Amino acid sequence: MAFDPLIEPLIELRDVNKHYGDLHVLQGINLTVSRGEVVVVIGPSGSGKSTLCRAINRLESIESGAIHLEGRPLPEEGRALAELRAEVGMVFQSFNLFAHKTVLQNVSLAQIKVRRRKREDADRRSRELLERVGLAAHADKYPAQLSGGQQQRVAIARALAMEPTALLFDEPTSALDPEMINEVLEVMRQLAREGMTMVVVTHEMGFARSAANRVIFMADGRIVEDRPPEEFFTDPRSERAKDFLSKILKH
Amino acid sequence: MNVLTDNFSVYGEGFLGTVELTFFASLLALALGFVMASFRVAPVGSLRVIGTVWVTVLRNTPLTLLFFAVLLGLPRFGLVLPFNVFAVLALGCYTSAFICEALRSGINTVPRGQGEAARSLGMTFSQTLSNVVLPQAFRTVIPPIGSTLIALAKNSAIAGAFSVTELLGTYKTLGELGYDVIWTFVWIAVGYLIITLAISAVFNVLERKWGVPR
Repeated sequence: MAFDPLIEPLIELRDVNKHYGDLHVLQGINLTVSRGEVVVVIGPSGSGKSTLCRAINRLESIESGAIHLEGRPLPEEGRALAELRAEVGMVFQSFNLFAHKTVLQNVSLAQIKVRRRKREDADRRSRELLERVGLAAHADKYPAQLSGGQQQRVAIARALAMEPTALLFDEPTSALDPEMINEVLEVMRQLAREGMTMVVVTHEMGFARSAANRVIFMADGRIVEDRPPEEFFTDPRSERAKDFLSKILKH
Repeated sequence: MNVLTDNFSVYGEGFLGTVELTFFASLLALALGFVMASFRVAPVGSLRVIGTVWVTVLRNTPLTLLFFAVLLGLPRFGLVLPFNVFAVLALGCYTSAFICEALRSGINTVPRGQGEAARSLGMTFSQTLSNVVLPQAFRTVIPPIGSTLIALAKNSAIAGAFSVTELLGTYKTLGELGYDVIWTFVWIAVGYLIITLAISAVFNVLERKWGVPR
């Protein structure tokens, strides 16, 4: 049966479990993300939120349960998995730009190797995307010559170059100096407004309030709350969430 | 002193023999080492086992023993080749284990996240390795690979004991002709120096061109 975006969710996790040794890091996770939704995942460190994010494109394997993307189960390995990963962009805490390539080459590489675009076409599209994240002037620099915020915006452009159906953000601003956080969040807000499906693991509560459709609160490997941001921030139901919010919102 | 001028053709033949052994064994070692290093970091378990066994066996076998195994062993399985080809096989396989480990240490210097980023963009394992990981690993492994190939050049002397024409073996001929032992060996040493310094020079150029600025 063909994928019907009106019926089936874009991302679906069913009863997903994973251990790191004795630590049960994902405990029976159920989560659905519809097309165009922005889901922000928050929670104390060690709650499993990064692992959840990385499991969605199988950078982390899972032990039981099922993950479906556009109605198809996530392949185990090999070419099928690679093809699927091309559909789901990922932005990392530590940017992970290719250090030996220029900004332009970073954005063009996978377009050429995976999407089989001609170099000129790929570079043209890369320059458009760099323009969009405000870095067109830096196309020929190497990552080490850019600030953290600029590197992260390049990483976002690199993920967008694959024309993904969804984007995963694993603490995209956690490694940034405070004055650079906003330039990255602004790019993310713009993507959210344009209707990009996003799963964002973050500690930026302002972003969660302003851009998210849903807030997922995780603690000890479980999803404790899954609610609209305004409800969650003004009236958290669980003790864990109340405790967490009181610690981070006080100052 | 006139041992060199009197026997220039003997020295020349030996020198060329060592150069040939070193050159072809280096090519074999680099190619095999590259393949084995890829195996050792592959996501497929059986490939990793092959790579690990290859390195463990060859790195822990004395080279002389390996020469015996190749020169006496392979003909028993019907594989009869000229002795110098056997010597290239033994030297190349032996050195490939060290090249493999040098490459692997280089691969480990490339931050894990870059490999993850490449995979998250939909690149396959071999695309990730050849476009992202190895070009960066290559820069850090230039010095250790240079040392390994210099060791290979000197190890090639063992082939002389198996009637392959090479530089060290010339001392037997010259000794029988009654030349002074000291000068015979001085010129042999000069021959090895020419080869090893040439390898150093090549790797210095490579390092200047590709090495990581620190």
